[in-house]
Amino acid sequence: MIFLQHIGKRTLFLIEEMGAMFVFLIRTFGWLFRPPVRIAQIIKQMHFVGFKSSFVVILTALFTGMVLALQGYYSLRKFGSEGLLGSAVAISMIRELGPVLASLMVTARAGSAMTAEIGIMRITEQIDALETMAINSLQYLITPKVVASLLSVPLLVAMFDVVGIWGGYLVGVKLLGVSGGSYWSSIESAVEWKDVYGGILKSVSFGLIISWVCCYKGYYTRMSAEGLGKATTESVVLAAVLILVWDYFLTSVLM
Amino acid sequence: MVIKLDGVEKTLGGQAVLKGVTLDIPKGKITTIIGPSGEGKSVMLKHIIGLIRPDRGRVIIDGTDLTQINEQELNDIRKKFAMLFQSAALFDSMNVFENVAFPLREKRIMAEQEICRWVPEMLERVGLDKMGHKFPAELSGGMKKRAGLARALVMGPEIILFDEPTTGLDPLMAHAIHDLILAMHKTFGFTGVMVSHEIPEIFPISDWVAMLKNGQIIAMSPSDEFQQTSNPVVREFISVNNGIHLAQA
Repeated sequence: MIFLQHIGKRTLFLIEEMGAMFVFLIRTFGWLFRPPVRIAQIIKQMHFVGFKSSFVVILTALFTGMVLALQGYYSLRKFGSEGLLGSAVAISMIRELGPVLASLMVTARAGSAMTAEIGIMRITEQIDALETMAINSLQYLITPKVVASLLSVPLLVAMFDVVGIWGGYLVGVKLLGVSGGSYWSSIESAVEWKDVYGGILKSVSFGLIISWVCCYKGYYTRMSAEGLGKATTESVVLAAVLILVWDYFLTSVLM
Repeated sequence: MVIKLDGVEKTLGGQAVLKGVTLDIPKGKITTIIGPSGEGKSVMLKHIIGLIRPDRGRVIIDGTDLTQINEQELNDIRKKFAMLFQSAALFDSMNVFENVAFPLREKRIMAEQEICRWVPEMLERVGLDKMGHKFPAELSGGMKKRAGLARALVMGPEIILFDEPTTGLDPLMAHAIHDLILAMHKTFGFTGVMVSHEIPEIFPISDWVAMLKNGQIIAMSPSDEFQQTSNPVVREFISVNNGIHLAQA
């Protein structure tokens, strides 16, 4: 009986939390299109989410492309198809690995910081201070982060794709001796606009998931250091899981 | 009456905090709410500025019931207010000057040139001249409260709410902040609502004093009458706090 009560309580909590998250998202979108447009805030956030994440994204992309080429080369060699290495690396990067891995890195680096920053502002009553000045905290704090993520994540994913393909080139062509011409020509013949479009669509939606989940968790953090730590962990885990789940659904629709 | 609370009830986390608070706050005076810790004094203050909405009852500001208005109308009402928070709530990513200038810049009611003239003047009035470049992390508790007070005053509000403005300060600094509040009140003539534990310090600076206990206002009278009250609960609270104050001194 206690077990059933626990399940019921947990289910109700999850439904309530999901409802609150959707209300938060709708309210944020409601403030997104109202003046004033905070260009300076958006640029500041793009610098934080985009520019400052670029190093870790480049590093991850480089090694992802390199390991993909290494694995792909030995698998393709069994069938004498080493020439298709470029297309294997590029399609994996553009369709899946680029959007997913870049978004996971942004979640870990920028998403967690978003939760912590907003959470500290909540705990130290800075959000209440904004509201008492008749400044809507969603518009001032959250919408610039959402816009910046929507714009920055696709750019980071594009960067990830390019660096990853060059990483594959380094290992495949320079290290393992695949012909450079066949590496690039296989990419040109295999990659279609549909793949690129799908990657962009995924990266935009992942950008929304990151900013939505991480800002929500910070905005409604519990008023303690422990609560803030928990909110930060939860935001990273939830955003990462949602990215992977949403990736599956989008892929199945785009296929 | 500029502020009126009528039967305000609020339950937070399953616990009834306010159980029918009824209170009239007169215009242009400083009214202080005292009471034991955890009685909901800060919660009551947040109801007055609409940060928390009551489960039951009405919060009326200048004739407008906050429970019956939408977010935009609430923001219009909030333009009459400023609040000095317990933690000062300065924006830690901005320096003192930017913190004080923030509401002026956001509301675009002054040109940048005027802001550069007005903000240092305000900082000087609260004793923070030449401190504008410092960040909140570099300030002492008393300096943070002064900066918070400057930010609260800069828009010329009609009503200022003070949430335990001297908590965490040493007795000398607490006295200095109380004197500053009184001086600013004389200069700007705002309506002040203060939540405080500082007995007997608050009596000389308050026009009215009210006590919140068990989720209700159990006494309210002019400051000098309040000190002579015959209400045994109030008398006990004052004498215990006087004892603590003497022991600290």
